[in-house]
Amino acid sequence: MGAQLRVYKRRIKSVTATKKITKAMEMIAASRIVKAQRQVAASTPYASELTRAVTAVATGSTTKHPLTTEAESPVRAAVLLVTSDRGLAGGYSSNAIKAADKLTAQLRAEGKEVVHYIVGRKGVAYYGFRERPVADSWTGFTDSPVYADAKKVAGPLIEAVLRDTAEGGVDELHIVFTEFVSMMTQTPVEKRLLPLSLEATAEADTSAADAAVSAVKDKILPLFDFEPSAEGVLDALLPRYVESRIYNALLQAAASEHAARRRAMKSATDNAEELIKSLTRLANAARQADITQEISEIVGGASALADATAGSDR
Amino acid sequence: MAAELHVELVAADRSVWSGEANLVIARTTSGDIGVMPGHQPLLGVLESGPVTIRTAEGTVVAAVHGGFISFADDQLSLVAEVAELADEIDVKRAERALERAKSEADAAAERRADVRLRAVTGVH
Repeated sequence: MGAQLRVYKRRIKSVTATKKITKAMEMIAASRIVKAQRQVAASTPYASELTRAVTAVATGSTTKHPLTTEAESPVRAAVLLVTSDRGLAGGYSSNAIKAADKLTAQLRAEGKEVVHYIVGRKGVAYYGFRERPVADSWTGFTDSPVYADAKKVAGPLIEAVLRDTAEGGVDELHIVFTEFVSMMTQTPVEKRLLPLSLEATAEADTSAADAAVSAVKDKILPLFDFEPSAEGVLDALLPRYVESRIYNALLQAAASEHAARRRAMKSATDNAEELIKSLTRLANAARQADITQEISEIVGGASALADATAGSDR
Repeated sequence: MAAELHVELVAADRSVWSGEANLVIARTTSGDIGVMPGHQPLLGVLESGPVTIRTAEGTVVAAVHGGFISFADDQLSLVAEVAELADEIDVKRAERALERAKSEADAAAERRADVRLRAVTGVH
């Protein structure tokens, strides 16, 4: 076997091995999208009921609460960025990071100080490498988040919102995550969770929650009886609301991550197939060239021999 | 007066129970509250405790840990972080959790396990 042919054979073998891996990852990601989507759907009733309740309190009472009232001159904003723990998902994490950078620049232009909170190892690594300060970060659950994870994330954020601005508290809470639009489309989005704006609530929520909110809005809201008091209900309700919104964001981000990974791995598999095809062609050509060379060597050798014997006969 | 009210019992990660009911009893921070059709609009904070839903077919009991009750226009929603129907609760596991909570003096865990067990046995 010629040296050229051996090199091609080796490369084909290595590309085939890679293709097997990317194919397997593609299939795993595809099966996980379905599961993640189901989780998003299962969490929707909770989110929509909570949204309904929050809308009811916010419109049905005149109570002032740090989580609902807009600060007169906001000086600090928290940005929660949701990225993935693992790579090999195309531009998934970097798109979310880019969206967060854009939001940060915009908030800075408005004269606000920005505090970053990060979910996912990729985001943490990005900020760590650039030595940007991060207030808090969480890793290890981005591919299948549970409600307890959302609670863990929401805790310090709510605490920061409730703290006085002078002592390092924040006035606004934004979240940047990748919205799962469809299997083929996932778009990074930024949303302001707090202070609560009711228009934003209606727009930003999932479709089911949307319907609930607009249903509530269409009617004149009844006067609510609060148990124990409007303040007490708001105190307990708003942290739950933030948790549920973060939970929903984490679930959507997980579904998007799997979808992005599936697409990235599918194109990797396709590229590997393409590469194998062209390498096989090259290997065939090299083999053919080897054979041709061998034949011409044999023919050349034989005629040289024949010439030599014919000469000695004479 | 409408004869029935529509109940949605939802936990953070799923919808637990929904249907029509005559009476719903839940435990709020200021005591047990019973809601019948035509009740005044209400929004309350729930305690860890059992929720009894009385329907035409029978009674449904669930253990609910934290959350809200909201009622308006004969639509009642119980929104809880964790909610389990009585027949979903694993009694042995709840008993074990109760023992463990007692030995570790974890009051919150003990209360949760206790609520679960009482929801199954029907002793409130």
